[in-house]
Amino acid sequence: MSVIYLLISISIVVAVGFFFAFIKAVKTGQYDDDYTPSVRMLFDDELKKNQNKENSNNN
Amino acid sequence: MDAKKCFHCGLDIVPKEEIIFDEKSFCCSGCKTVYEIFNANGLTDYYNFEVAPGATPQDIKGKYDFLENEAIVAKLLDFNEADTQIITLHIPHIHCSSCIWILENLNKLHSGVSSSQVNFPQKKVRIVFNPEQITLKNLVHILSSIGYEPYISLENYEERKKSVNRALTYKLGVAFFCFGNVMLLSFPEYFDVDEFWLDEYKGFFRWLIFVLSLPSFFYAASGYYTSAWKSIRSGMLNIDVPIALGLVVMFIRSTVDIVFDLGSGFFDSLTGLVFFMLLGRFFQQKTYNFLSFERDFKSYFPIAITKITKDRKEESVPVYDIEVGDRLLIRNNELIPVDGILMSDKTDIDYSFVTGEAIPVNKKSGDKIYAGGRQASGVIEMEVVNTVSQSYLTQLWSNDIFTKKDERSYKNLTDNISRYFTPVLLVIAFTTLIYWLFINVNIAFNVFTAVLIVACPCALALSAPFTLGNVLRIMGKKKLYLKDANVIEQMAKIDTLVFDKTGTITSNKKSTIKYEGTTLSQSEEQLVRNVMHGSNHPLSRRLYEYLQKGKNTDAENFIEVTGKGIEGTVEGNTVKVGSATFVGQPKDESLKTNVHVAINGEYKGKYVFDNQYREGLTELFKELSKNYELKILSGDNEGERQALQELLPEGTELIFNQKPEEKLQFIEKLQKQGKDVMMIGDGLNDAGALAQSNVGISISENVNVFSPACDGILDAGEFRNINYFLNFSKNAVKTIKMSFGLSLLYNAVGLTFAIAGSLSPLTAAIIMPLSTITIVSFVTVVSNYYAKKGKKNTKHDKYHILSQAA
Repeated sequence: MSVIYLLISISIVVAVGFFFAFIKAVKTGQYDDDYTPSVRMLFDDELKKNQNKENSNNN
Repeated sequence: MDAKKCFHCGLDIVPKEEIIFDEKSFCCSGCKTVYEIFNANGLTDYYNFEVAPGATPQDIKGKYDFLENEAIVAKLLDFNEADTQIITLHIPHIHCSSCIWILENLNKLHSGVSSSQVNFPQKKVRIVFNPEQITLKNLVHILSSIGYEPYISLENYEERKKSVNRALTYKLGVAFFCFGNVMLLSFPEYFDVDEFWLDEYKGFFRWLIFVLSLPSFFYAASGYYTSAWKSIRSGMLNIDVPIALGLVVMFIRSTVDIVFDLGSGFFDSLTGLVFFMLLGRFFQQKTYNFLSFERDFKSYFPIAITKITKDRKEESVPVYDIEVGDRLLIRNNELIPVDGILMSDKTDIDYSFVTGEAIPVNKKSGDKIYAGGRQASGVIEMEVVNTVSQSYLTQLWSNDIFTKKDERSYKNLTDNISRYFTPVLLVIAFTTLIYWLFINVNIAFNVFTAVLIVACPCALALSAPFTLGNVLRIMGKKKLYLKDANVIEQMAKIDTLVFDKTGTITSNKKSTIKYEGTTLSQSEEQLVRNVMHGSNHPLSRRLYEYLQKGKNTDAENFIEVTGKGIEGTVEGNTVKVGSATFVGQPKDESLKTNVHVAINGEYKGKYVFDNQYREGLTELFKELSKNYELKILSGDNEGERQALQELLPEGTELIFNQKPEEKLQFIEKLQKQGKDVMMIGDGLNDAGALAQSNVGISISENVNVFSPACDGILDAGEFRNINYFLNFSKNAVKTIKMSFGLSLLYNAVGLTFAIAGSLSPLTAAIIMPLSTITIVSFVTVVSNYYAKKGKKNTKHDKYHILSQAA
């Protein structure tokens, strides 16, 4: 049953890993602006569509 | 049929001025130009995200010449290297996804811009550009030309790059991490059955839990210990004292428990408590990123001003470098930054911002002009008498009230309760200790600590943050933006309301003018306009601006009869404009301001000037007068006393001719009489009074742009709902009191377990989250219910823009 020491240790290590990922994300300011990125990610598609349209017009 | 709307800015189009371009209608050439720019650069997607998202570009000729001065530019930049410069600009117009899109595609407009990133909540854009290809001045010009004029003020010049305080986020993260893991590892203990392998690993689990609770106890909860220590030292017991006491006792007892193998300890409750309390703080900390509540004169002042050097050359200099004796050039609509003497012939200066005086003051050569006035006619030259820091306007900020404000301590509801809570708790704890010492010494210590643990006022401490946090958000949605949650408690205590007049109960917008009577032909309108041209009377000025521009002809035989009207001959036609009696009509009895017109002795009709009072003013004051003492404090003259007396309920005190300092002193006097005063104002002239009052609310036509330092900013469109907000704040306090009752009940239940000596870690682990969840849901439901009660319908016109940003 001593495998439980190993398993729990691994799970704690994984948890600590995620915890540091969170701290790092906060530190780099990812949570400072939680609105603009949500809008921004929708733009790229629109822009490409537009360029394609222009390309097809040119052809 | 509705009037056509401009394709670019969405404003109504005056049929005569409609411009059709590319099959789209525009209200003016400015809007059309912006469309042309976007069209030429393949950026017309701008119009696909939002209907009519644009703004008409303003004329900015010469306004940004100061950006040629390298010293100023260096101060504004975030990063400065030979071929890369980074600047963060505040652009008030940012309001929708189209704005984000166009500003992040600036590199398509100019190749010198390498990238740009918008921070929507703060209405800021960070632009990386190559100064060899595009200077900052040109960049600002490009932005202005597409309707996104940045707002650069003296504040930017001084701003130090302040680091964001993220301590609470870290603490919350740590607390949650510890709480989750400890809870998971505690589970075997909850179902404690005498199984062999559970017994075997008990020690391992317990010590792991102990280690995991350390960061939560020492780091995440550290704020509570310092706050408790401060409050003990100042002799004022706040809520953090019993909390800190509970936490420390809980930690020591639990550690003792596991060291001597007495039990599993209360680490699960401890970490849970810390997490939920931090969550409450986090929830209460709602900030409006796009607003600033700490503004002083600096955010109104320009960074630089045009100086005329000895050899008559124009040069931009930073405002702080202005010296006594310098000659300055002030353009139309620019702010006068320092006190000085007028050198030009004559000018009109609009001091409404500083004094509340609505009508521009006429100044002649040699007159003294004061800082803070807005120059309203052409270009003038002035000589500096005082530097910025010694000017009349800036001196107001040396008043103590602006430095003292933060230190003024005030006890909130929670602190008031804890003043009684803490002593009562200690009495109960020691009584049970003594009682159990006689019965069973062995468990006396256990019971004593159990009392302190279970009485830890977690639910009590959560009542106020969650209620106030929720109310703060609801008010924000209804366009009253408060600085922090404490303001709500202050608002509930208010008994006296003081209103400023100009800009607060009257609207800053130009009043609308309507014409009644025989329709005037275009040439007749021109006659009236040309007569108006020679008059300096404020009504003439407004009428002159209102009438369509046409050919200018000077009026002959021009006579102005003070208080009556003006008369003049234009192209052989005699035009009389003025009061009813002046044009030979029976006396006018209506309350509104009318200007009558007669041409060649024939009466034509009258121009009706809508009074500028805000909509719903009379009803609002009537409702408020039932519960509050009302006062109006104005920097203006007594001209409107009668009109106001007729509009407002009896007993409203009207005080005129008040200087900014006098307003501040007036509030102070009321407070000395024991009144809790709420000041509602707008301009810089109210800044002192707003700071002095218990709650200072500033009214703003456009919340994104201007407001002096205050406790809250109210959208001008919601002015009539002031009574609703006040009632809501009272109900919020009522909600807190109710939930105090509920949480005390939980404490009582827990205490009975503890005093009886039967508090198991499991009971504690159940009571703690249960009380938290009920309290949080209770206050949310009740405050939402109160929010729906008594709200007046308001028009949803162009203010809808703001709700998106909030």
